[in-house]
Amino acid sequence: MRWALTATVLAFLAVFLLLPLVVVFSEAFANGVGPYLTAIQDPDAIAALTLTLTAAAIAVPANLVFGICASWAIAKFDFRGKNLLLTLIDLPFAVSPVISGMIFVLMFGRQGLLGPWVAAHDIKVVFAVPGIVLATIFVSFPFVARELIPVMEASGTEEEEAARVLGAGGFQTFLRVTLPNIKWGLLYGVILCNARAMGEFGAVSVVSGKIRGLTNTLPLHIEILYNEYSFQAAFAVASLLALLALVTLVLKAIVERRVHQQLGVQEGVREVERVPAA
Amino acid sequence: MARRRVLPGFGLTMGFTVLYLCLIVLIPLSMLPLRAASGSWDAFWQTVTDPRVIASYRLSISASVAAAAVNAIFGILVAWVLVRYEFPGRRIIDALIDLPFALPTAVAGITLTTIYAPNGWIGKPLDAYGIKVAFTPLGITIALIFIGLPFVVRTLQPVIESLDVEIEEAATSLGASRWTVTRKIILPYLYPAWLTGFALAFARAVGEYGSVVFISGNMPMRTEISPLLIITKLEQFDYAGATSIAVVMLVLSFSMLLTINALQRWSSRRLLT
Repeated sequence: MRWALTATVLAFLAVFLLLPLVVVFSEAFANGVGPYLTAIQDPDAIAALTLTLTAAAIAVPANLVFGICASWAIAKFDFRGKNLLLTLIDLPFAVSPVISGMIFVLMFGRQGLLGPWVAAHDIKVVFAVPGIVLATIFVSFPFVARELIPVMEASGTEEEEAARVLGAGGFQTFLRVTLPNIKWGLLYGVILCNARAMGEFGAVSVVSGKIRGLTNTLPLHIEILYNEYSFQAAFAVASLLALLALVTLVLKAIVERRVHQQLGVQEGVREVERVPAA
Repeated sequence: MARRRVLPGFGLTMGFTVLYLCLIVLIPLSMLPLRAASGSWDAFWQTVTDPRVIASYRLSISASVAAAAVNAIFGILVAWVLVRYEFPGRRIIDALIDLPFALPTAVAGITLTTIYAPNGWIGKPLDAYGIKVAFTPLGITIALIFIGLPFVVRTLQPVIESLDVEIEEAATSLGASRWTVTRKIILPYLYPAWLTGFALAFARAVGEYGSVVFISGNMPMRTEISPLLIITKLEQFDYAGATSIAVVMLVLSFSMLLTINALQRWSSRRLLT
């Protein structure tokens, strides 16, 4: 029974998880190393990589600051409407990526609510970089907050209170007492947030307009290459993102153990809350 | 209450939290109901009852249910094996479960299409038996199985970990067969988390776009999912039509969100008692 079950599970995972991973790299190198290097050194691919990194470099810190503020307010204080606030923070997960992009078109597009105002001030949001950044922030919005809230709740408020009573300032308390307690949870949230920010396709696809070299992110560049039947080039670019995914998984596995240790040491582990995000 | 306020910064952090939430999430999302309210009811009804739109809803929902069901069955097996059995490479496989979260959907999309296309690694042998996967509803389901798998496994794992082996041993020593133990003790205990995992996988699948759009073939009435139809309408600058379809999807998503929250409360209550 035991071996039959294990074998079934391994076969299922081999077909559904391992095979796709193998295929990405084997297709990327289907014509050898030369064409692979040509594909990833293409100016459009590099422009797409730059834009993807830029969007993540704005979205991740912004959502990090939000995550720290939200988890401090929610975990360290009692107030009415806490559950409502938690549900609202989760909203971006419940919305289809396509709708996540579409709302920014409805807001800033030509027929949008702020469309005329934006046009009058000569700012381009939709079909331009600001729209891509906004959509990226939206889809990666809950990750850091969601990881930090349980960690901060588990560490309680006694240590911070002691620091205050002993005369530490507010910021000093956070830096010296809170931060060491939550650092692994923080890192975990940032890793997940970054993976989503760099990989987002649907939302960004709606707002980008897909102008080569200008408003193309890596995932969008993959789509263009694929639809032009440049399969090997598409997979070469895709292999970069697959590599990012593998790095994410390794970091995640390492940090996850630390988070568990931290949670486990501080209080009974609240495992039920650690339902997957995304 | 008063004691807690020893800590500083509530006003500042709460203020920023609410401000940022409004600017990034609530105000943009409110565009959808605002836009929908500015249109006429008749136009809305006409759009959402258009046969092509109905076909897309039906496809999105049925493929998502099928994928979530497959994930529920295999997910519980995967979670069980990963928690209860020791075998070489278990930790690596456990880490690999999150691949669908970490792998960008566009990469998953083109890869699955290549594997299941008529000349692909799996598509070719299946094609010999006359089974077509890519560019059919079956292909859409496969893509949705891929992206939904971690939800069921990750929801069940901690619950299986908390399941006390002694209870099973007690039942076995009292003469219960393995099957009876599974049916009467293990499954009832896992049930709420199992349902939660199913609901999460379903909710994600209904809105999914990137991994599906390549493998689906996008034929109107047959393999066109709702999110794609929204994009098509947006590209034709039919904002009212796109909004109508999106509002229906949003209502579905929000009811799923409420269901999942209720399921999770149920699940954690059962674990605590």
